[in-house]
Amino acid sequence: MASSPSGKPVLYSYFRSSCSWRVRIALALKGITYDQVPVNLLKDGGQQLAAEFQVVNPMQQVPALKIDGITLSQSLAIIEYLEETRPNPRLLPQDQKKRAQVRMISDHIVSGIQPLQNLAVLQRVGEKKLEWAQHYITNGFQALEQILKNTAGRYCVGDEVSMADLCLVPQVYNAERYKVDLAPYPTITRINKTLLELEAFQVSHPTKQPDTPAELRA
Amino acid sequence: MIAALVKPVLYSYFRSSCSWRVRIALALKGITYDQVPVNLLKDGGQQLAAEFQVVNPMQQVPALKIDGITLSQSLAIIEYLEETRPNPRLLPQDQKKRAQVRMISDHIVSGIQPLQNLAVLQRVGEKKLEWAQHYITNGFQALEQILKNTAGRYCVGDEVSMADLCLVPQVYNAERYKVDLAPYPTITRINKTLLELEAFQVSHPTKQPDTPAELRA
Repeated sequence: MASSPSGKPVLYSYFRSSCSWRVRIALALKGITYDQVPVNLLKDGGQQLAAEFQVVNPMQQVPALKIDGITLSQSLAIIEYLEETRPNPRLLPQDQKKRAQVRMISDHIVSGIQPLQNLAVLQRVGEKKLEWAQHYITNGFQALEQILKNTAGRYCVGDEVSMADLCLVPQVYNAERYKVDLAPYPTITRINKTLLELEAFQVSHPTKQPDTPAELRA
Repeated sequence: MIAALVKPVLYSYFRSSCSWRVRIALALKGITYDQVPVNLLKDGGQQLAAEFQVVNPMQQVPALKIDGITLSQSLAIIEYLEETRPNPRLLPQDQKKRAQVRMISDHIVSGIQPLQNLAVLQRVGEKKLEWAQHYITNGFQALEQILKNTAGRYCVGDEVSMADLCLVPQVYNAERYKVDLAPYPTITRINKTLLELEAFQVSHPTKQPDTPAELRA
């Protein structure tokens, strides 16, 4: 069960999961072909909670990636593994300080924003979920806008696409989904727009996945 | 400013588990540094002050001034320390084991701690204890299963890694929020083994410059 019959990597993904999207972008950028197994986070009480998926990922979350005989979860751990094993094109700068900035920005989004507005938390928050999601995204984007003013060139850190950019675009998508006003964040907005012009960010988009519902499909 | 001659400066709070991870890393790597305490409760939360926002716009600890730059986010800091001060190592040489270390670290740092950090619990209000227990329990149930596959003496095999730096502070939080640890024998065993190491002791919340007298070890 360590790989699909084709031998290709297998990505467990949900079309609208921003964590899954980060990995889809990385696979697209690095030209890695893979099979996708959709895990619907809403149907059947949440397919990520099913016993057979718990064998894949005890954390009961997407994404999970079966590759090279192992199964990994946590989007940044997956991306760092892809970077080390399939280094071209690079997703982390060569310069150590820039590399640290890429990780800092990625971690800010992946630890500091997204977990506070993911599906499971919003379900627990209940009625006030929109206000809750907006609060944490706004807080996070206020800080991120300041940080990017120092680090950004064409992209989040300098002029090369990095892991930070893979985290940014899905988070902006979430911000739009939760009706966060993006006018206070011109740097975030500019970089997001520039990234969405790249093919890897398009083919991996939530509106173009095997499990995208018909009414949301692009 | 000749950065190389200036000791690193760590902005830290004694009880912040994120700060503790970095304190352990600095201790393990034998890096001497200065500590600037940031009290998350006093003065409405010193992390919100304008002068700290210049240090870290994210208004959180830890932040580390080192080599002429300022970094935040504990794992980004630890990875930078690993790359620039590689001995002793905190990430295995084997790529797959390294991925497992990052996976376990991320699970704690993204999947558990943010859901029970101070700011969130303040927002949750009355039901904060139940909320914290829920997320720690959820996270530890998954972690116990993962560690059964990856652990040797420590989280991944037999060498201390970044995952261990994340585990110990999270167990401390679990105890603080009265989570029953009986269902997690692997977590408990590894935590106990790690706490025997000097780096995990000198960095402990009870031994920091800003530890209140009544909590000091």
